[in-house]
Amino acid sequence: MSLIKGKTGEWEMVIGLEVHAQVISKSKLFSGASTEFGAVPNSQVSLVDAAMPGMLPVLNKYVVEQAVRTGLGLKAQINLTSVFERKNYFYADLPQGYQISQYLQPIVGEGTIILDLEDGETREVGIERLHLEQDAGKSIHDQHPTQSYIDLNRSGVALMEIVSKPDMRSAEEAGAYLRKLRTILRYLGTCDGNMDEGSMRADVNLSMRRPGEPMGTRTETKNVNSIRFVQQAIEQEARRQVQVLEDGGKIVQETRLYDGMKGTSRSMRSKEEAHDYRYFPDPDLLPLELDAAWVEDIKTKLPELPDEKKARFVKDFGLSIYDAGVLVADRDTAAFFETVAEGRDPKLAANWVIGDYFGALNKSGADLQTAPVDAGKLGGLLDLITDGTISGRIAKEVFEEMWERGEEAAAIVEAKGLKQISDSSEIEGLVDEIIAGNPGQVEQFKGGNEKILGWFVGQVMKATQGKANPGLVNQVLRKKLG
Amino acid sequence: MSVDKETVAKIARLARVRVDESRGEALAKELSNILDWIEQLSELDTEGVEPMTSVVSMTLPLRDDAVTDGGYPDRVTANAPEATHGFYTVPKVVE
Repeated sequence: MSLIKGKTGEWEMVIGLEVHAQVISKSKLFSGASTEFGAVPNSQVSLVDAAMPGMLPVLNKYVVEQAVRTGLGLKAQINLTSVFERKNYFYADLPQGYQISQYLQPIVGEGTIILDLEDGETREVGIERLHLEQDAGKSIHDQHPTQSYIDLNRSGVALMEIVSKPDMRSAEEAGAYLRKLRTILRYLGTCDGNMDEGSMRADVNLSMRRPGEPMGTRTETKNVNSIRFVQQAIEQEARRQVQVLEDGGKIVQETRLYDGMKGTSRSMRSKEEAHDYRYFPDPDLLPLELDAAWVEDIKTKLPELPDEKKARFVKDFGLSIYDAGVLVADRDTAAFFETVAEGRDPKLAANWVIGDYFGALNKSGADLQTAPVDAGKLGGLLDLITDGTISGRIAKEVFEEMWERGEEAAAIVEAKGLKQISDSSEIEGLVDEIIAGNPGQVEQFKGGNEKILGWFVGQVMKATQGKANPGLVNQVLRKKLG
Repeated sequence: MSVDKETVAKIARLARVRVDESRGEALAKELSNILDWIEQLSELDTEGVEPMTSVVSMTLPLRDDAVTDGGYPDRVTANAPEATHGFYTVPKVVE
């Protein structure tokens, strides 16, 4: 928990997030039009999505399955009966004049997300509900001086609105929540989590209070489209509220719009009246009844989720909680690691994947699919370290070569003659020469200066271009100097 | 249940229906009468009766997730008062 210091004392943030996650499906929630991103305007619109008179919505069974799967992934209650209602408001990109959503009876009830915080700590945040609803169309305001352009391709695409409990207390926790939710959705394959394409968007509910006191009045900041912007919007709105409160003012419950470019937010006063949505059950749709056995079947087919995977990596592989957390944050990365670790020392594998491999990915801008070194090749390199063919230090050099040339580790070691010298007679000979040539340093060691041993190791490495087996060098040096 | 003139004006605004102010009083009375009439239903004892969602016993039909529609932007905008480059165009709406 982090407190904000004001002029009159400390304040605590109370944060809840509403996330709109676009469901991965081929067709829309209530029509057979495609959900593909970036198509020609109005080319993925059925007459249902354009709200032509007499058109009736027919629910997509797979979208329902995706919502149930998400609910199960959030360890949430699945409601076997849920009801679609009409949320009434007028806007140019909402052709029906209402959004079909769920209100009193959502498909998913209370659940939990476990946040992984920076310091390795975890914290639970409650999920209030998840419901299904239609997305609106897209308005484009910058193409014409007096007109807005409307594209209905997105109209009717299925969204899951995932509402958290007001359990977060800082911008960092809000960021951790969004990252974890995105990871879970990606593991489940129910939302791609691409915030920059708008397939995951967040609304931030925030109020301030004195620590330990009841909650204050909240504001809602709408449609923030990156995790960084969510955190900035929270910091900025928290400071604004503290200032208002400390100047003796009152927070007005309102909707605000965040401008990520300017880093400021402003009130959307015109929305206030529209907040009277006059929900009522949609007469075109009967209540959605789920079969308990069907839900159970989806549950048994759930993939291993990040928390379980992390626990397994710690328990079976002996990884640190931090390393396990880094590896499971992305499903493909976790799979990559498991391939590398298969039949090898998992800790060595984790160190290489997280350290040199991630470093190389970042530097080159490649991803797991396009990287010149795949899991098999990295594994081959680790095998050479484990069987003593090369030292860890030489391995780093070999890895760089592998990245550049896309070759197997063994081929590079062979071609460049990088094989580790583990022949003790060869090393003994070198050590004898170095001892004979440096009586001063030998004196220092005998006088009790243990640190000088490192200097001797360095000399041997220099003479062998780093190829001497370091363990063996130490052993021989101690024997000869001792 | 009675509806006043202000409520009539508010409902009209939310529904985007133009109602002349001079008709507010009369409409309020009419709406109140309709609501009173419907309210008679609450005289019935419905304790333990499940809400009815359909007059025939049927479940919500579901469809498979397949692309079976769309691909006709010209038909979609055919009835639009105005359209440009495949978009509907409307008077500028800026928040």
